[in-house]
Amino acid sequence: MAESGTRRTRARSRLARVVVLRLASVLLILLALSFLTFTLLYLAPGDLVKNLLGNRPSSPAAIAAVRAQYHLDDPFLVRYLDWLFSALRGDLGVSIRMQQPVADVIASRLGVTLTLIAFSFVLALLAAIPLGILSAARSGSVVDRAASGLSLLGLSAPSFVLAILGITVLAIWLPVFPAYGAGGNGLDRLWHLFLPSAVLAAGIAAILMRITRASVLRELEGDAITFARARGLSERVVLSIALRSALIPIVTSAGLILTFIISGTIIVETVFALPGLGQLLQQSVLFKDLPVVQAITLLVAAMIGLITIVVDLSYLALDPRVRARDSAA
Amino acid sequence: MSLPAEDLSLATQVHPIGRRRPAWLVTASAVFLLLVLVTAVASPLLLDAATRQSILDSLLPPGSDGHLLGTDELGRDVLLLTIAGTGSAIIGPLAIALGSMLLAIVFGTMAGYLRGPVDWVIGRLVDTLLSLPVMLVAIVVAGIFGAGYWVTVAMLIVLFAPSDIRIVRAGVTEQAPRPYVEAAQMLSLSPARIMYRHIVPNIWPLAFTNFMLNFAIALVTLSSLSFLGIGVAPGTPDWGRQITDGRGIVGDNPAMLIVPALLIILVAMATNILGDHFGERLRERGIQ
Repeated sequence: MAESGTRRTRARSRLARVVVLRLASVLLILLALSFLTFTLLYLAPGDLVKNLLGNRPSSPAAIAAVRAQYHLDDPFLVRYLDWLFSALRGDLGVSIRMQQPVADVIASRLGVTLTLIAFSFVLALLAAIPLGILSAARSGSVVDRAASGLSLLGLSAPSFVLAILGITVLAIWLPVFPAYGAGGNGLDRLWHLFLPSAVLAAGIAAILMRITRASVLRELEGDAITFARARGLSERVVLSIALRSALIPIVTSAGLILTFIISGTIIVETVFALPGLGQLLQQSVLFKDLPVVQAITLLVAAMIGLITIVVDLSYLALDPRVRARDSAA
Repeated sequence: MSLPAEDLSLATQVHPIGRRRPAWLVTASAVFLLLVLVTAVASPLLLDAATRQSILDSLLPPGSDGHLLGTDELGRDVLLLTIAGTGSAIIGPLAIALGSMLLAIVFGTMAGYLRGPVDWVIGRLVDTLLSLPVMLVAIVVAGIFGAGYWVTVAMLIVLFAPSDIRIVRAGVTEQAPRPYVEAAQMLSLSPARIMYRHIVPNIWPLAFTNFMLNFAIALVTLSSLSFLGIGVAPGTPDWGRQITDGRGIVGDNPAMLIVPALLIILVAMATNILGDHFGERLRERGIQ
């Protein structure tokens, strides 16, 4: 009794150490990434002064004022450390292009992007998991073959191609869905985001469906299932036994797939003219709006880093084999 | 003798298991890809004809006299433009898949065979690169520098390599304890010779299957970037670029948009079918 208690505490402290180490490594990556982005934007061609004052000739006084305001004449490292220390204090700076605090600019765009991510994630789960289970349970049937073709299509079609074909067919030729913009609030917003989310979900759902099918099939081929069938359990019960173990790879890959969706929003937002973070990033890159590019890059990298940690931890929570191996080590 | 699942990236897990596609489909995919490849290599010959502009013939619909797929706003023939765009759409992804496979074979084999500090350093580099969102990095880097085609290709090779390195490393660690490797060590052959002459030929099927899959992903990524205006100069024949331009004239000549869009999907599908086919054969051989 006492021994199992200490073993549990030891396992818990080991878990805490793993989490702290992983968080520290994400922070290190963020630091390296911030330096990299800063350097790239610093080295990049294009002139901030020209972007702000326009192409017409400006007085030397105006140019000097802009250079002083944005510390353009400070040495490179001083400017990076300036940015770093204010960022650490929670001040992400002011958008050069929009003359608003970066935090406000991002907050105003975050809603659309988060709705898009959540909506397409739900659509992908709803489409992929039932279809994957069904085609594994009826492997080789018509349903399986149709689902396989569909997933091949989803896997192969780039989201921008699907998006444009979607707009052309379902918004222009047959005006069912709105072609552009994010609409108002509530249901109107969801209605506007349906086509973009479905496009974003297609590729993700294809991957998830294949993983679901493969992992259910792998379980169905296992000894436990042969034994369950030999005992004369009904197919329904057999499937539910297989599903319980098949769930592990499905859940963990669903987490990784979330990171694919986050990257995919850039393209979809551009095609559907959605005022989200991806579109903001693209415009800010073109304008050399350094504080905004920095903040978005770090935000996205942080989200992906955290999701990866949660995915790795979910292995521990879901899979007794991994848990046993880790506490034995 | 299958590889441990957790050592393989998501990319290899998406291979359908226990499914055989009809032989005619696999053959048709191979023939189609071969045709596309030949067109891609020959496409520079058509560059002059494809970019010839003629204001008088602008925006002809498909089926016009002498222009099977019509023309675009500048009067360029859409069929010729599409054929000439094959090069830019195919050669880049081919270079990306080849380049990242080569990097993976060199570094993944080193990490998997030598282990120790080499493995640690390569492993940390791979982890760091894998934590970067490919599309975001590509847009920031190429968007800022206005990078050209080959710079974009080189950047994508670096971004594609880490997951390949993981896969090759997993394959090599599985080969390393086998008798033929021990025998080579007994003959005191150099590690380089053991790695690249003895082990690599055995992980070749694994690397090749992954190469096919990577080619499809690279095709999608590169065309997405050129659709965003990254990596391809305006006016260059390129499928992604053509789709961007085709959006504006979809009412006059939908072929400008639809033909390259379908071609991208078909090439990616054919590649995935072949990749799945090789992956399945690899799995069957592994079980025996």
